[in-house]
Amino acid sequence: MIEANDITVRFGTAEALRGINLTLSPGQRLGIVGESGSGKSMLGLSLMGMLPDAAGMSGQIRIDGTDMTGAKIASWRAIRARKVAMIFQEPLAALNPLRRVGNTVMEPLRQHLGHSKDAARARVLQLFEETGIQDPVAKFRQFPHELSGGQRQRVLISLALACNPKVLIADEPTTALDAHVALRITDLLVRLAEERGMALVFISHDLAAVARTAQDIAVMYGGEIVERGPVHAVLSSPHHPYTQGLLLARPALGAGHLRERLPVIPGTVPAMRDLAVGCRFSGRCAVELPHCATERPASRPVGAHHDAACHRIGAAT
Amino acid sequence: MQVILLRRTMGFVLTLIAVSVIVFAVMNVLPGDPAITILGIDSTEDARAALRAELGLDRPVWLRYLDWVWHAAQGDFGTSYFFRVPVTELITERLPLTLSLALAGMTVTVVVGITLGMIAAARHGTFGDWAIMLFSQMGIAVPAFWLSILLVLLFAVGLRWLPPGGFPGWDEPLLAARSLILPTTALALVQSAVLARVTRSSALEVMRLDFVRTARATGLSRWRVLRRHILPNALVPIVTIVGMQVAAVVTGTIVIENVFYLPGLGRLIFQSIANRDLFTVQALVVLFAAIVVTANFLVDIAYVLIDPRLKGRMT
Repeated sequence: MIEANDITVRFGTAEALRGINLTLSPGQRLGIVGESGSGKSMLGLSLMGMLPDAAGMSGQIRIDGTDMTGAKIASWRAIRARKVAMIFQEPLAALNPLRRVGNTVMEPLRQHLGHSKDAARARVLQLFEETGIQDPVAKFRQFPHELSGGQRQRVLISLALACNPKVLIADEPTTALDAHVALRITDLLVRLAEERGMALVFISHDLAAVARTAQDIAVMYGGEIVERGPVHAVLSSPHHPYTQGLLLARPALGAGHLRERLPVIPGTVPAMRDLAVGCRFSGRCAVELPHCATERPASRPVGAHHDAACHRIGAAT
Repeated sequence: MQVILLRRTMGFVLTLIAVSVIVFAVMNVLPGDPAITILGIDSTEDARAALRAELGLDRPVWLRYLDWVWHAAQGDFGTSYFFRVPVTELITERLPLTLSLALAGMTVTVVVGITLGMIAAARHGTFGDWAIMLFSQMGIAVPAFWLSILLVLLFAVGLRWLPPGGFPGWDEPLLAARSLILPTTALALVQSAVLARVTRSSALEVMRLDFVRTARATGLSRWRVLRRHILPNALVPIVTIVGMQVAAVVTGTIVIENVFYLPGLGRLIFQSIANRDLFTVQALVVLFAAIVVTANFLVDIAYVLIDPRLKGRMT
């Protein structure tokens, strides 16, 4: 579905993404975790050809058999919605406030698939049904501000699914929602990916949400994927020091833990242009080796379909 | 809704009363005597006094005002001192010309202003944007009367494409329209320059919003995103300015009609003030005020039509 090779995104001399490789097969669900500034949203946008004008991208991308390497904006426009679609964080802000949500979802059907008004309308109601919007006929005529947060996100999912894309990129789709609504949305995304055989890229800073949604997980730091593998493998035996820190920094439920201070990864994510040339995590890493700051670690297998990019791996452990 | 309508109507009437009181007062304070204007400076004092009595000018101001209101409420705006014909007749004769000029001016303003503003926003930071903003800066800086004279020099005196002024009457619609081209341009150029700026900055603001990203992610064309998603959301500030521009265009006709010798209301009000023709001035000012107040009311209705979130919040 998606094959991305050595994707690098530069803003001037600063690298927002460095050497990202990504493969997704139909129905596969990949979770991407990382702090803000780790480049995970940038990665999502680069798969839509929607990077900011100032960004320069290199590397190869194939989406559903179409080579998008160095593609012009017009070619991207031709595959958006039809092959790859995206939903965003803040559902209220992401919907045009002046249009009835039904009309918003009808637009790509009329524009891209040439549906008649009636056909498009029928299809929208079907999509609303599929994404679990109750009373679709009434919701069709409502404005975004009249819906609840969860319903709005369902409308955005309907919009993204309208032209049956092969890949759905969900950038923090649950962050702005209440916890129980968020759970239903993640479950909906899993169901849709399974039913439609659609690949899902689930971007989130929330490990629990990713664990619930994805089969595989990719951990990003400083514009790189530092570790990736099946969800249970990565979560139960993390190999990259950053992944380990991330897992330790999660609050654990249960007696005795409540009064303890959570361990934190020291320091903050450096600005893009201040990242180390070698391992991006050097400077904050507790187990750093002398050459970490200058030499880029290669990604090495640490288990079945599980690999991590750290100089410690295979060295003295 | 009925309460709002009632409140609006009362505001409308109060505005017109306030305007008419001010005009009446100002016209009385101003130096100059209609009797002298009509009879000439060689006239005898007896003749002037007789004329003043005939016109009712010997009565106290407040009484004359109340008398005017009483008749105006019944649709009788009095007789022009100067032209010696009913004011209503003077106005209905000239209204079509001024109305055409103002409507054409507003149409050109809206079409040119919004189009240029949207193009500048879409081409933000490029040469096109820069050129449009330069044009609009110049448009804002140039006074309308001076621009009118330049237009006449270029298109009438120099190129001889269009008449320099005057109006042939409505019997020949094509000639009539031709003679309105330069005045409309002069009237609309400044206003469209202002509107282009407002449109551009409003559209740039909207472009940064998330739903524009959603629209782009839906694979819609640049033009469609601009027209169907950005423009409607940029309209509220645009409509506000358009409402204010109605006032500017209506009063702008005073200058433009004088420069181009067009027999419209603008020219009439100018002459009437010079002639101390109280009733004509009074009726015209009240009419202009009514147009402006109505425009503002329409703007408020437009807000609710544009943005469903404002429903029920209108005061």
